[in-house]
Amino acid sequence: MHEMGIAMEILDIVQASIPADMADVRVQRVNLKVGRLSAVIPDSLRFCFGVAADKTAAAGAALVIEEIDVAARCNDCHHEWTVETPVFLCPACNSGNTEMLSGRELEIVSIEIAEEEPPHVDL
Amino acid sequence: MWIFDKTARRRHHDGHKGDGLPSRHDTAVESQRSGSREIKVVRRVLDANDMLAARNRELFAAKGIFTLNLMSSPGSGKTTLLEKSLARLMPDLRCAVIVGDICTTQDADRLAASGAPVVQINTDAFGGECHLAAHVIEKALTGINLDAVDLLIVENIGNLVCPAEFDIGEDRRVVVLSVTEGEDKPAKYPLMFRECDALLLNKIDLLPYLDYDTAKTLISIEQIHPGMPVFQLSAKSGEGLEDWLAWIRAQINAKKKAPSS
Ligand SMILES: Nc1nc2c(ncn2[C@@H]2O[C@H](COP(=O)(O)OP(=O)(O)OP(=O)(O)O)[C@@H](O)[C@H]2O)c(=O)[nH]1
Ligand SMILES: [Mg+2]
Ligand SMILES: [Zn+2]
Repeated sequence: MHEMGIAMEILDIVQASIPADMADVRVQRVNLKVGRLSAVIPDSLRFCFGVAADKTAAAGAALVIEEIDVAARCNDCHHEWTVETPVFLCPACNSGNTEMLSGRELEIVSIEIAEEEPPHVDL
Repeated sequence: MWIFDKTARRRHHDGHKGDGLPSRHDTAVESQRSGSREIKVVRRVLDANDMLAARNRELFAAKGIFTLNLMSSPGSGKTTLLEKSLARLMPDLRCAVIVGDICTTQDADRLAASGAPVVQINTDAFGGECHLAAHVIEKALTGINLDAVDLLIVENIGNLVCPAEFDIGEDRRVVVLSVTEGEDKPAKYPLMFRECDALLLNKIDLLPYLDYDTAKTLISIEQIHPGMPVFQLSAKSGEGLEDWLAWIRAQINAKKKAPSS
């Protein structure tokens, strides 16, 4: 529901990440990490980003989303596992003293910029 | 008994360690491949919000204000609960309220009757947002005399999804679930129930008329967020309110005692 706001945050960061000496470039890809427990729906984020990026350096850029599994660790028996359903009790010893290791990510990893045509050298 | 962990409350404490993510303008060219050039960014998308939230948190600490962020789906009873809670807390705690609503000022009018200063935020003006973000709270704070506040309560927009993602600088997050919403809500909205520090199970006065199974909710909560305190209460009858109010007071006292660093 708040994907548009998130898309606009992404666009801000993308624009700020374009080096100053690379004016007029076109962003081709934006690489993101999104944890499975974050409140973001990849498809609607892609749609919103497309709308937000219109007429900017990121117009038409692909939003490439790597979804990150929810992983947890038991502080009692040190078991680590991938959380498939939202149950955070340790499957090994049933302890509730557990912590999440991943799954809440919402990060921009990198952007990819179209390289200008290298100047053609005639021999 | 509740233990206040002395580390300042920050959102995404879960699976989101105080990682050494670089801040703004820390970009570097990472690699070059044919036709495109990859620029490493490594920034949290909500960095801008998180920074403003941290600023709010510093302001609250400087003013000695304890801040609660109250969240729930629409109609679970946040405003009613606040009306009743303020009436009992006000005699010895100076309270203030920020209430978010997509439109209308009805909630603010109801809460103002308590005598506490109330700032209404209509998110319509901010694009009909589904949550309160840190910059909106910062703006609302300018309408409150912070030197005369001990406890600030923020009634977030009725929504079980989006507010969970946005830090506003609060000390504690509380989710309200009413028994008319069904036992399955924690499992359907795990992020909210994981992100919150306490659950208020409201409208228990209606239990005799429902097939609601409280034990199921408690089991579900224990799976999603083991150890989270649950207060079963009725904002209408006042039953169970005392334990919740005692929890607030304990949290406030613990924050006061915690060495501010
Ligand atoms: N029976 C019963 N009704 C309640 C209780 N608490 C709230 N209500 C009723 O539930 C309805 C919604 O209550 P509100 O306090 O406005 O809920 P809210 O969460 O503030 O709603 P929004 O701000 O619109 O999301 C009202 O009709 C209240 O009278 C309760 O403990 N028992
Ligand atoms: Mg309300
Ligand atoms: Zn274990």
